[in-house]
Amino acid sequence: MAQLTLKNIKKSFGQTEVLKDISLEVNDGEFISLVGQSGCGKSTLLRIIAGLESPDTGEILIEGKSVTNRAPKERNVAMVFQDYALYPHMSVAENLSMPLIMARLPLHARLPFLRFVAPAARRDRPVIAAGVEKVAKQLRIGHLLDRRPAQLSGGQRQRVALGRALVRDPKIFLMDEPLSNLDAKLRVQVRSEITELHETSGLTFVYVTHDQVEAMTMSDKVALMQTGELLQVGAPNELYANPANLDVARFIGSPEINIVSADPGVGLKLGNVNLPAHLQDVVAGDLKIGIRPESITVQNMPGLAFANAPDNSPTLAFNKRLVEDLGPELLIHGTFEFEPETPIRIRAQKNSGYSELGPLTQTEKLKVQLNANALLFFTKDGKRLDLTSVPFQAKEKNEELV
Amino acid sequence: MADITQRQAKTKLAWRAHLKPRSLGRAITTAFLFLGAWVMIFPFIWMISSSLKPTDEVYDSTFSIIPKTFKGFENYYGVLFDQPYLIFLMNSMIVCVGILVIQLLTAVPAAYALAKLKFRGSNILFGTVIAAITIPINVTSIPIYIGLVKVGLLDTYIAMMFPFFLSVFAIFLFRQFFRGFPDSIIQAARVDGFTEIEIIVRLILPSAVPAIAAFSVFSFVAHWNDLYWPLIVVQSQDKMTATLSMMQYQSNFDTDYGRTFASATVVTAPMVIAFLFARRLFIRGITMTGVKG
Repeated sequence: MAQLTLKNIKKSFGQTEVLKDISLEVNDGEFISLVGQSGCGKSTLLRIIAGLESPDTGEILIEGKSVTNRAPKERNVAMVFQDYALYPHMSVAENLSMPLIMARLPLHARLPFLRFVAPAARRDRPVIAAGVEKVAKQLRIGHLLDRRPAQLSGGQRQRVALGRALVRDPKIFLMDEPLSNLDAKLRVQVRSEITELHETSGLTFVYVTHDQVEAMTMSDKVALMQTGELLQVGAPNELYANPANLDVARFIGSPEINIVSADPGVGLKLGNVNLPAHLQDVVAGDLKIGIRPESITVQNMPGLAFANAPDNSPTLAFNKRLVEDLGPELLIHGTFEFEPETPIRIRAQKNSGYSELGPLTQTEKLKVQLNANALLFFTKDGKRLDLTSVPFQAKEKNEELV
Repeated sequence: MADITQRQAKTKLAWRAHLKPRSLGRAITTAFLFLGAWVMIFPFIWMISSSLKPTDEVYDSTFSIIPKTFKGFENYYGVLFDQPYLIFLMNSMIVCVGILVIQLLTAVPAAYALAKLKFRGSNILFGTVIAAITIPINVTSIPIYIGLVKVGLLDTYIAMMFPFFLSVFAIFLFRQFFRGFPDSIIQAARVDGFTEIEIIVRLILPSAVPAIAAFSVFSFVAHWNDLYWPLIVVQSQDKMTATLSMMQYQSNFDTDYGRTFASATVVTAPMVIAFLFARRLFIRGITMTGVKG
């Protein structure tokens, strides 16, 4: 069982601490994404797993055995690189066969000239050819075997890179932003292919990306990193619905989550709405409230689906600035009346009654309702307050608003 | 129709306007290039012309390219057949090829290490390499000569090749070239199980053919033309290189300049011919490494 365990990994390059005490558990056959902004240390962590870098302290275990001081080859991991890293002067077939040759043949059988007579070479050559053929068939690149990497399109190179990683039957499959050099359409296609590959192969996948959409759509588990630390590890939906802190909430979700501050004045207020009294006891100082774009419902715009918010959901005045029509839904940009400097995004589903709006940039006053159950509360310094379902009071006060 | 002729007239005019002020500049440029080419080629012409003359005419105060008395046959016959010319050529080949092979064997791994491996002190080591470029052979020749005397290797092929086994210039050149090789390919190779030597042989070398070709020409020509070191360490005729063999026509009493020049022509010819064949590869290698020779 190819279980991967990282224990207290630390790594510095000179003065900069790139990884600060990372511990992570990846189960056999799991697809985990390491996601974060560039420079957060996710690629370094992947290269440490591969054995291309060694950690300053800490331990890496594969199948429960420590491989911390092992060379990449001995770890039996395969890696797909962002720029594919195909061997430029070798044909596709040679590229695919290289990992097998290196894994199966002893050094003397790989030497020039001698490799044609060495018994190991003679015995294993058909096995290697068969392995290459199988992978080529699986990835539908059989017709490209004689070509050089330079003669392939981006998508084809990507497949060859996947094939080269797959051919050796590795324990763990590592991928370093494999889709970032592909155009948008191809990216979606290869994304589903990789997911499929994960399902059919049953291997453990570690996937590095800066694109949270990739991380959310492909993985069983997402590990969100920031400045060398793991912010949160969990299932994609868990990170989305239940973020551990403000940074996670901000990173996961597109369009980004809306953050508004609650007024710490006389009683805690969100706009004109009073927040539950018990919040005041929990929070000293500012309170930040995260609202997902789809948790806001526009009430006085025709043709938009109306989600049933709980009764106690607060209603606020909203100034519409700009509408983006995305086809099935609208993205409405604007601000809450009570906090005009914070841009707010609302995602609104169209329904059958939808007809063309006026000019998309027309400013307009709207009445919007926040789904009380979907609000996320954070302290001023970004820590999540776990307060499920906050009962809002003073329903009649809402009426005064608009 | 009128439109077309008009346009033609216009383009014609434009063409003339384009040509006229440039033609003078062009003439000057061409004249300049001719002058440069003449400066480069004249010594060769002089060499070939003198190789066809008797010695006293080489010294003649009135120089003419066409010899007055034609001694070409005698001179060239003497060079090619009165001495073991093919042995000299073979010696030159052995020395040049030997030097080149060892230079590549030592420089390529060193350059790879300096370009792509991270290790303590690599910068200092590279600085040392750069510094070593500035030391001319004349500085080290006496200690090396004494060493060769002590181990009794004087007057051998090894003696002629030994000081050149490590080419600092090659290390520098290859290091610059290897640095351009993508790191991710090297890392992919490491994950796939290549040893470092296999990375060099299977991945780096095939991509470095232009640089190797360029350096090979540099090295080969330099050691083919080298007179200084063989002159110091070789005495016997059967070890002489082609370049050294020219010296045979000189003595304290009498120098046969006609034959010396004929010899020079014969010795230079293989290199010139080889260069003409490999010219394109050579130039590509130079431009690709960004080192302007």
